Amino acid sequence: MSVLAYLIPISLILGSVGLAAFFYTVRSNQYDDPEGDARRILNDEWDDKPKP
Amino acid sequence: MTAQLRPSLAACPACVAAPHDGVEQAPTEARLALSLPGIHCQACISTVERELNAHPGIHTARVNLTLKRALIEADPDVRAADLIPVLEKAGFEAHELDLAALAATQNDKAGRDLLMRLAVAFFASMNVMLLSISVWSGASDATRDMFHWISAAITFPAIIFSAQPFFANAWTALRVGRLNMDVPIVLALVLALVTSLWETFLSGEHAYFDAALTLTFFLLAGRYLDYRTRAVARSAAEELAALEVPRAIRLLDGDEYEVPVADLAIGDLILVRPGGRMPVDGEIVSGQSELDRSLLTGETLPVFAEPGLAVSAGEVNLTGPLTIRATAVGEDTSLHRMADLVAIAESGRSRYTSLADGAAKLYAPGVHILSALAFAGWYLYTFDIRTALNIAAAVLIITCPCALGLAVPAVTTAASGRLFKKGMLIKHATALERLAEVDTVVFDKTGTLTAGTPEVTNLGDHARADIEIALALAEASSHPLSVALTRAARAAGVKPAAVQDITEVPGYGAEGLYRGARVRLGRAAWVGAAQGSQTAAWLETGAGEPRPFLYTDALRPGAAEAVAALKAAGKDVLLISGDTTGAVEDLAGRLNISKWVAEALPADKSARVQLLADQGQKVLMVGDGLNDTAALAAAHVSISPASALDAARVASDIVLLGQDLEPIAEACGVAQKATRRIRENFRIATLYNVIAVPLAIAGLATPLIAALAMSTSSITVSLNALRLR
Repeated sequence: MSVLAYLIPISLILGSVGLAAFFYTVRSNQYDDPEGDARRILNDEWDDKPKP
Repeated sequence: MTAQLRPSLAACPACVAAPHDGVEQAPTEARLALSLPGIHCQACISTVERELNAHPGIHTARVNLTLKRALIEADPDVRAADLIPVLEKAGFEAHELDLAALAATQNDKAGRDLLMRLAVAFFASMNVMLLSISVWSGASDATRDMFHWISAAITFPAIIFSAQPFFANAWTALRVGRLNMDVPIVLALVLALVTSLWETFLSGEHAYFDAALTLTFFLLAGRYLDYRTRAVARSAAEELAALEVPRAIRLLDGDEYEVPVADLAIGDLILVRPGGRMPVDGEIVSGQSELDRSLLTGETLPVFAEPGLAVSAGEVNLTGPLTIRATAVGEDTSLHRMADLVAIAESGRSRYTSLADGAAKLYAPGVHILSALAFAGWYLYTFDIRTALNIAAAVLIITCPCALGLAVPAVTTAASGRLFKKGMLIKHATALERLAEVDTVVFDKTGTLTAGTPEVTNLGDHARADIEIALALAEASSHPLSVALTRAARAAGVKPAAVQDITEVPGYGAEGLYRGARVRLGRAAWVGAAQGSQTAAWLETGAGEPRPFLYTDALRPGAAEAVAALKAAGKDVLLISGDTTGAVEDLAGRLNISKWVAEALPADKSARVQLLADQGQKVLMVGDGLNDTAALAAAHVSISPASALDAARVASDIVLLGQDLEPIAEACGVAQKATRRIRENFRIATLYNVIAVPLAIAGLATPLIAALAMSTSSITVSLNALRLR
């Protein structure tokens, strides 16, 4: 059972990392245009090098 | 990010010249917004962005496909009017949006807040559920206690953060001595947390941490759905308002300056071009034209306008440019005074009790009494506070309105989504429920049942030679009657005659020379004929009497179908219009409406709607004009088309986005179905309570049973709502 001492904190930490990532995406307006973002992946304009 | 509102103001010279209140500062960057109703794919996004970014003076342009909008940051001298042709050349329809009117949707703080709380509740409940499942599947002694302590450590901060909306609502209700749905929720949460913590201290077997969190999660999900539905409707409604950028052309020493309507003052000279709407009340100083007053009074016949005539804000100038002197601006215009009538009628509507409120009224005291009785009963039976309190908490948690909280929002979200696809915008939260009760439908005529565009009715009565001359004259004019005549004659395959020297005489008609004789097409008085009761353009060719082309208002697409479907559904259909008796009788005959009222003043309309309401009928009012606003607000529920005046749209519960009227009948059906689903959901929620509550009162409920009852009832309710799609 001593393995719980590791597993529970690990599961909680991984969970909170996910939660923090969600917080970050909400705060940085990443859900403002879900439809457009889904289509932008098809854009071939900056395929060779990243947008400066 | 919203440092400069209405950026293009400073772009016009008049604003610099005009005295400004406050310190004048030239913004270094302007923000513009364009509505792009036609975009739908990746290619559209990149074309629009490429075109805009290539335009001189633009810093960045980004398209939002979800909102079908482009947001542009540019030099202060770039104007939306310059960008629209650029996009139109690339093949995209574009309209300017008033950023000030969009401000509310731009930072959606409340929605974001709810989403964060929902995420925290979800995270916490999943983690605690994991621990709880270990406990239910047999963890005991020290392990169980440890799991309970970890659960407590997660639950307390999570609930304190996530359940804040419930705490706040319950507190506002309690402070004024009332009960609402949130009071039992908060009581259940607090009681569950306190007893669970106590049990954990005493190494007890049952802790309700997971139940408290799942409860919060499901309730927040309901709140969020509810909020999203209304936010979508609100943002679409705001976009409609933002499409009418309030600008006017002010004449100053012979020069024209474009200024916001809000900056106009009494005594200003304002130029109104053909097709433009009067921005303020005023008096015509120069120019001759015709005015369309249909939005204000409902009459379709245009009014002849000449210097000295008083005009009201909202009237549309049809033929020639007019210069008016403002006599009343802003809040004092007749348009605004009429809109005030609406505010008075509006207060009557808030008396409606929604289904959810009705359920809450029954429910809230019921649970409290039940739980208190369980506590008292068990205390008297065992004289053990701990057992009694545990059972009271179990009763509260099991009866807690998870399913009730989801029952209404899940259904309204599904129904609103379905109607939105059909082009209907549900603006008001309880509009669907009220729409379901409707048994009488009152239509306005002009602009609602009719499209506001005239149609020639007697083309066949004329000699072909006459039509050829009329067509030649009509093509030279942009008057709606001329446009209609051109369309009808072209459709009949007529070629224009060789009429020379055609000139348009604003306010009268068009004239020219044909084989040496003067020919005229225009008002009755101008060609020496008697004015009839029907809309007509008269043709004079020098030979014989002047001959009339008669017009009738074209029906809006789907009008006949909507009326027929509403009648088939057993609803009473009425037509109330401010137009002349002849025109109304004709339309009523065409649509087969037996009850109609003509020449109704705005006050008559609302009085008649009120009268119907007093007779116990639930009235649906469909109207678009300013003369309808009071009636729209007085009706049980109201619909207005997107082409309606701003005031009418604000006063109505539902806005029709498309041209077609047909969805109205369907909306009534969907609303009835939605209400039926809501009632079903209430019954499902009650059923679960009927099964689980006796168990809880008997002291047999465990956290496992509570979790099962809560989740299954919430999921069944949501699935039932989805059947509506």
